[in-house]
Amino acid sequence: MAYSDKVLDHYENPRNVGSLDKNDPNVGTGMVGAPACGDVMKLQIKLGENGIIEDAKFKTYGCGSAIASSSLVTEMLKGKTLDEAESIKNSAIAEELALPPVKIHCSVLAEDAIKAAILDIKNKK
Amino acid sequence: MNNLPIYMDYSATTPVDKRVAEKMIPFITEDFGNPASRSHPYGWTAEKAVEEARRNVAALVNADAREIVWTSGATESNNLAIKGAAEFYSKDKGKHIITSATEHKAVIDAFRELERLGYEATYLTPEPNGLINIDKFRAAIRPDTVLTSLMMVNNEIGVIQDIKAIGDECRKNNIIFHVDAAQATGKVVIDLEDLPVDLMSFSAHKTYGPKGIGALFVRRKPRIRIQAQMHGGGHERGMRSGTLATHQIVGMGEAFKIAREEMEMENQRIKTLHQKLLKGLTEIEEVYVNGDLDHRVPHNLNISFNYVEGESLIMAIKDIAVSSGSACTSASLEPSYVLRALGRSDELAHSSIRFSIGRFTKDSDVEHTIKILKEKIGKLRELSPLWEMFKDGVDLEKVEWAAH
Repeated sequence: MAYSDKVLDHYENPRNVGSLDKNDPNVGTGMVGAPACGDVMKLQIKLGENGIIEDAKFKTYGCGSAIASSSLVTEMLKGKTLDEAESIKNSAIAEELALPPVKIHCSVLAEDAIKAAILDIKNKK
Repeated sequence: MNNLPIYMDYSATTPVDKRVAEKMIPFITEDFGNPASRSHPYGWTAEKAVEEARRNVAALVNADAREIVWTSGATESNNLAIKGAAEFYSKDKGKHIITSATEHKAVIDAFRELERLGYEATYLTPEPNGLINIDKFRAAIRPDTVLTSLMMVNNEIGVIQDIKAIGDECRKNNIIFHVDAAQATGKVVIDLEDLPVDLMSFSAHKTYGPKGIGALFVRRKPRIRIQAQMHGGGHERGMRSGTLATHQIVGMGEAFKIAREEMEMENQRIKTLHQKLLKGLTEIEEVYVNGDLDHRVPHNLNISFNYVEGESLIMAIKDIAVSSGSACTSASLEPSYVLRALGRSDELAHSSIRFSIGRFTKDSDVEHTIKILKEKIGKLRELSPLWEMFKDGVDLEKVEWAAH
């Protein structure tokens, strides 16, 4: 399967890999997908005092496109408010990475991960 | 050559040995005659070469040259043996046929075709180590069982079935026994004087010969009959019509001759490489070898890497040419049906890699492979939330996943 240069770049050099303290009240964690389906994404965001996302980290079990989608999302999230973050659409991710139709579900999963992380942080407030 | 990945896919195909290629070339150009031409030296020369090759193929498996029928490869041999024998013997014996769930597609699909024609098929599930349990085989036999087909060496996991034990059961029950030996020639000793096998398929290109040529052993004593599947000029005593591909046949003969002369030495060397590869890769945590380690050809090592996703694994090891347990088809990953039949989970089947080594594999190739695997598996696990959870002691079986 041929991957776009952007997918390969994020796959070879994933941004913001790692974990934040999930018990921190300012950290939201979203875990989506299932091992049997071949993708699991864990996305974490940390809110600063000003309500702006100051950090984002991910870990992904999945194909190159899933890794690239979550890596890209961590870059997109930094500096955004929760409302702005919530409006990120999978189509923007898919377009940025030039995902082929069979890999669109990776961008959908990344959008789900953002929503799950935001929900988690809201539940903590 | 520096840009090409290290070749670790000998079970897919092997390079033609240079000695084989040299022997073939004159039969494409000068000695181009049709072996069936009886009236001039062009034909005689070709026929002589074909018969010498036939003797060489027969000698590797301790058979009589008259028991060897040329085909286009093991797929054709399997089809000819299974359909040809079923058709011939089912009138008297019945229409039940037995094989295993881990056979090559050429056997499984030939069985499916016979099912479509009204046969009843039993697909035996092997033990988790890949071997067929003889008691389960015995239990599957019925009075109307006409044919059994099993492979000697499995193409994916390299396990060696107990052909003699299964053949003995077949003899006792008057069942035609076909064995696909495409992956066995040059790797294990095959003695058809001793083995109770009626039909056996061979391929040249798995044993350093050219693609597009194979053979079927059809036993003479007791005489086994098959219905031809290819009709025409009545070549190969009517069992397989079509002009003989002299140069291909010469190649297969030479490849099998070299195999007979060198397999003992070669297998010693490959065994050493196998042990090195096995030791190196099993130093990685959470790896699972697929298939029995004792009843196995050393040419094959099939390993699953837990907590790493299959497709990203293939991307990560693009510097090594291997086969993966997940056939990366268009829309979704299809886990290997062989590993699934052994009871492996989808995740482990997906993250499996078949390393297959052979005549031209170097010590440094194995070392480099181990180094790359250690590095890349480590990197992918750093990325894997499942690995993190495993390391934190989370039981992944008990997690409620939001399936999508």
